[in-house]
Amino acid sequence: MTANPLRATGVSAVAAHAPTAADPGSVGVVNAQFLSFDVPLKLANGQSLDAYELAVETYGTLNARRDNAVLICHALNASHHVAGVAADNPKDIGWWDNMVGPGKPLDTRRFFVIGINNLGSCFGSTGPASTNPETGKPWGAAFPVLTVEDWVHAQARVADHFGIDRFAAVMGGSLGGMQALSWAIALPERVAHCVVIASTPRLSAQNIGFNEVARRAIITDPDFHGGDYYAHDTVPRRGLSVARMIGHITYQSDDDMATKFGRTQRDAAADGEYRYGYDVEFEVESYLRYQGEKFSRYFDANTYLLITRALDYFDPARATNGDLAVALAPAQSDFLLVSFTTDWRFPPERSREMVRALLKSGRPVTYAEINAPHGHDAFLLDDERYMAVVRGYFDRIAEEMDLLPLDENGRERP
Amino acid sequence: MTNQRTGDSMTSGSGGLRPDLARIAGWVAPGSRVLDLGCGDGELLASLRDDRQVLGAGVEIDDAHVIQCVRRGVQVIQQNLEDGLALFDDKQFDTVVLSQTLQSMHRTEHILREMARVADFGIVSFPNFGYWPHGWSILRGRMPVSKQMPYQWYNTPNIHLCTLHDFEALAQDLGFRILERATFKHDREVRVLPQWRSTLAAYRFATV
Repeated sequence: MTANPLRATGVSAVAAHAPTAADPGSVGVVNAQFLSFDVPLKLANGQSLDAYELAVETYGTLNARRDNAVLICHALNASHHVAGVAADNPKDIGWWDNMVGPGKPLDTRRFFVIGINNLGSCFGSTGPASTNPETGKPWGAAFPVLTVEDWVHAQARVADHFGIDRFAAVMGGSLGGMQALSWAIALPERVAHCVVIASTPRLSAQNIGFNEVARRAIITDPDFHGGDYYAHDTVPRRGLSVARMIGHITYQSDDDMATKFGRTQRDAAADGEYRYGYDVEFEVESYLRYQGEKFSRYFDANTYLLITRALDYFDPARATNGDLAVALAPAQSDFLLVSFTTDWRFPPERSREMVRALLKSGRPVTYAEINAPHGHDAFLLDDERYMAVVRGYFDRIAEEMDLLPLDENGRERP
Repeated sequence: MTNQRTGDSMTSGSGGLRPDLARIAGWVAPGSRVLDLGCGDGELLASLRDDRQVLGAGVEIDDAHVIQCVRRGVQVIQQNLEDGLALFDDKQFDTVVLSQTLQSMHRTEHILREMARVADFGIVSFPNFGYWPHGWSILRGRMPVSKQMPYQWYNTPNIHLCTLHDFEALAQDLGFRILERATFKHDREVRVLPQWRSTLAAYRFATV
């Protein structure tokens, strides 16, 4: 182990390790890198994408054996910015910063962690808002509909780029968990451990129903213009905002919302009277409107359509007559599944279904069902037991693989 | 339903397994598949894996125990045993273990039938209510409180206590064939008059 393996392969190191004084467990200030691919990517819908770019962040150091890499897959509205502080915005902390960093459950002193903004998303990777090389205009509605499997194959090229044959783990929550599961099925020899959190092997009719309401809100917004709103210099902000409001309700538990908002009135009339109108009356309305509006200012509506559709389509057992155990038969990895008792979007029953199928197909599986109050969102939050399970699992991987803490040059620390 | 396997006074000082768990481990065929119900901190499964190359999985409800299992690399499924064994397929294992948990389960017969469904061999251990000082205590007018069962009648998780003969009769009713029996008084094996002198009994039986 003499040279930085990243430099040796001509890949520039991405994460500038300038730890912030505030948090010694942070990976510090990070810069994204943009990887261009020009080998056509065949897609599930029959089309192919000739060239595309992916935004990527990495944390920690790839070791000489290149076996300490962990891929983090993101959910609907997140990105490649998993941990640390964005170089261009000190307020922009990675979405899983509580999980990934030096001394965190996924310890970047031992693991090389990769975050990739999925194809079709809107944080730097090629998506509907990018320029279609054939027309010189934004793709808009012409951007191909993608699937979870398409993302996995695009992500695999990022692994190739770094010279990673096999990930120590592929990990994700919610839609990210679907990608991890899909990795284990589609590219079994490239995944040692598969970590699937608050996820499901397929959406229910109710889940698809919520997605459809969100999509209709966007598509029926007069500013949507059939998906080509870029040309009209506008965005379907109202529709996107409503879509986000619906999503937000499904991420939280009934109890959690009751605790946070209850029936508290916002700016009640004298003596706490109702205002007898349709503007914001309750705190929960104000909160949802705020979340919706904030989201509609930075997220691309076409990406929202694309990602919700990818969610709808995900169903690995579709190819095996609904038998998930048969669908999982190709997997070679060990599995960790975690669910949260109050998650009604992807409830524990869906995780148990995956556990049952994995046991049936003979895969080693560990399953933690965390009694947490925060609904689906719990996978992003600090729960001591949840964090301890993930930490224990990664500590065990490191132990079994003899991974020692590395310095920034990839040398094992004494 | 509470598992009383870890952290009790029977842990042997030698760093090895507690005598009853060591005996149970000895009943498990090397290289076989074992499901441990109420596996606690995973001590038995880790030992079976390391010493007998057993492919094991555990079921445990307690968060702290689940975390300990994960830390020692023991495959564990977090669930309440009262919910049954629906996650497990018929005969997915060779041996299924229920150690010091039977007496605290509501649905005693149900869990035994479920054990028979998922494995050909079962191992069960439980505190022996026939231990003679218990009878003495009852004769004196009080419910027994012992080292093995350190609870008062109003706060005990042990809702289905039985004697050796009680269990053997139930096993026969369920069609189980008892293959082995070991009885202990605290950390020593008891061979003479175990129905009165032992505090803990362990059985191995065939479910088919």
